[in-house]
Amino acid sequence: MKDLKAPTPVSIPEETLRKAEARGVSRRDFIKFCTATTATLALPMTLVPKVAQAVEDNRVPVIWVEYQSCSGDSEAFLRSNQPTAGDIILDFISLEYSEVVMAAAGHLAEEAKHAAMKKYAGKYVLVVEGSIPTGDGGVYCTTGGISAVDSCKELVKNAAATICVGSCSSFGGIPAAAPNPTGAVSVMDLVPGAPIINLPGCPVNAQNFTATVVHFLTFGSLPATDRLGRPKFGYGKRIHDNCERRGHFDAGQYAEAFGDAAHRDGHCLYKLGCKGPETFHNCPTVRYNEGVSWPVMSGHGCIGCSEPQFWDTMTPFYRRLPKVPGFGVEASVDKIGLGLAAATAVAFGAHGVMSAVRGGDKSDKD
Amino acid sequence: MLKVTYVWEWPVRITHWVNVISIVVLSVTGYYIGDPFITVQSTDQYVMGWMRAIHFAFAYAFSLSILVRLIWAIFGNEYAKFKAFFPWASKEGWKHIVGTFCYYTFLKKELPHAVGHNALAGMAYSGVFVLFMVQVVTGFALYGQFAPGSGWDNVFGSLLVTFGAQGMRLTHHVVMWLLIGFSIHHVYSGWLMDIKEKNGTLGSIFGGYKFVEREDN
Ligand code: HEM
Ligand code: SF4
Repeated sequence: MKDLKAPTPVSIPEETLRKAEARGVSRRDFIKFCTATTATLALPMTLVPKVAQAVEDNRVPVIWVEYQSCSGDSEAFLRSNQPTAGDIILDFISLEYSEVVMAAAGHLAEEAKHAAMKKYAGKYVLVVEGSIPTGDGGVYCTTGGISAVDSCKELVKNAAATICVGSCSSFGGIPAAAPNPTGAVSVMDLVPGAPIINLPGCPVNAQNFTATVVHFLTFGSLPATDRLGRPKFGYGKRIHDNCERRGHFDAGQYAEAFGDAAHRDGHCLYKLGCKGPETFHNCPTVRYNEGVSWPVMSGHGCIGCSEPQFWDTMTPFYRRLPKVPGFGVEASVDKIGLGLAAATAVAFGAHGVMSAVRGGDKSDKD
Repeated sequence: MLKVTYVWEWPVRITHWVNVISIVVLSVTGYYIGDPFITVQSTDQYVMGWMRAIHFAFAYAFSLSILVRLIWAIFGNEYAKFKAFFPWASKEGWKHIVGTFCYYTFLKKELPHAVGHNALAGMAYSGVFVLFMVQVVTGFALYGQFAPGSGWDNVFGSLLVTFGAQGMRLTHHVVMWLLIGFSIHHVYSGWLMDIKEKNGTLGSIFGGYKFVEREDN
């Protein structure tokens, strides 16, 4: 009988490793990159050679544009102090346009973008960072005299696939928070029906972005998504269900204030308003900054940044529940509820007294 | 002359008491889930774990009970039928609504005669039924979150997108308080009718029988 426990030997062809080395990526880093990315995508390890080959063979052109954004996603992806997933993928894609890292500026840069779009029409991957302001004819964000609305529509229509990085391009994010003065919308709202994948998060997790690109390189398609257009590999589980503090939640151990004994002991942050129970993301397993940490690990509750309209729906960040519409900020739902119950009791108590003292009810006579 | 009438059949009484117990247990455990007022010293405890497990167990009992009662509203006697909950659908019903309202607000001393629910109570119960359904739907939608793409998430998950997970949670929490408010009113009215109608209202939900004046039948 076959020994099921024996590991299946998996090897990346020597030739592929050599090519990677020729690009200045050490074979150790390359193997680490391929296995980690395959794992992030929740694919079996037997697919590592296929992933390696695809990464090596396809130099996909990428156009990375920013609209109403803070460049946080670019930063999260590019800034790091050691060779990372982000660095490696940059060696394997052909970044045609990116406001943050390109050397060209002004009209030259705009021309380059346009040329790339024409040349690789239907083949390039578009990455969008930031939301698109549609208010007042799109005047709130223009590049080279062209509004974000027009620019985004054109780029999305010519792209093989569009990856929205960060919550703003995915769901509108902070610019779209009430009262949304610029009429900001997400890419999927601007261009419905286009092949778009959303990688919300504030900022996007570089690991998830890389994995999405690699999936596209390997299979020629975007990964399977949930109802909100987010890849299942990265957003298919609730933070709360993979959280390292979950044991404390189930036990009944909660930090009540920042810095109290329970907080210092690493207890659950539920009572400090943690939104892990309603947020879907792989933060607890992939973490940020090369796996160093993530918010809950560092002692702050999740604020639900990868959920739609998080600035409106997940606030107050330090309370479990939103405030009740029509009541003041300080009125918690329980205070209001208790008031309601007390008022009911008082009202019916009074009614009871009245009913008791009045005589001559018809039913009393018989 | 008083006549003993069988008003509440056994499915009505059983579902009523399953609902009572479920609502009490669901409110206590639900309140704890929303505001964990017990904090323990050691990680080998399982307080929140049990609260949630009990909440979900009674959630199923409660939902099943509602389903049974709904079915009984088709097959049961005249006091259990849907008609009893929508008095505004008939002219006779309207007379009862106005009469009962005047009695409750001390405008009249005469209470319209009713064997089953009085008209206002019937209306209140159709409202409460809506609240029950809201609890079941928001509850199972939240419950589905632990396993996206399967089970309950397939049934109610899209509501989480439409109304937002936090909106659903807040609704689930607010409706608890509305149901507590209803319970206070409900027990009081039952007691009031017991005294004023002298027909054994309070006892009837245990045994099923009320004392009804013969000429009324
Ligand atoms: C009379 C009926 C019910 C009452 C009064 C009630 C009450 C509550 C309350 C107050 C909460 C806390 C909400 C918060 O502040 O976050 C809660 C949570 C919850 N309830 Fe209910 N509930 C009822 C029925 C149900 C039903 C039928 C289900 C169906 C499965 C359900 C499932 C849940 C779930 C999943 C949670 C969230 C638990 C968690 O995230 O850990 N409830 N309930
Ligand atoms: S810290 Fe947040 S995500 Fe973690 S167990 Fe507590 S409530 Fe859940």
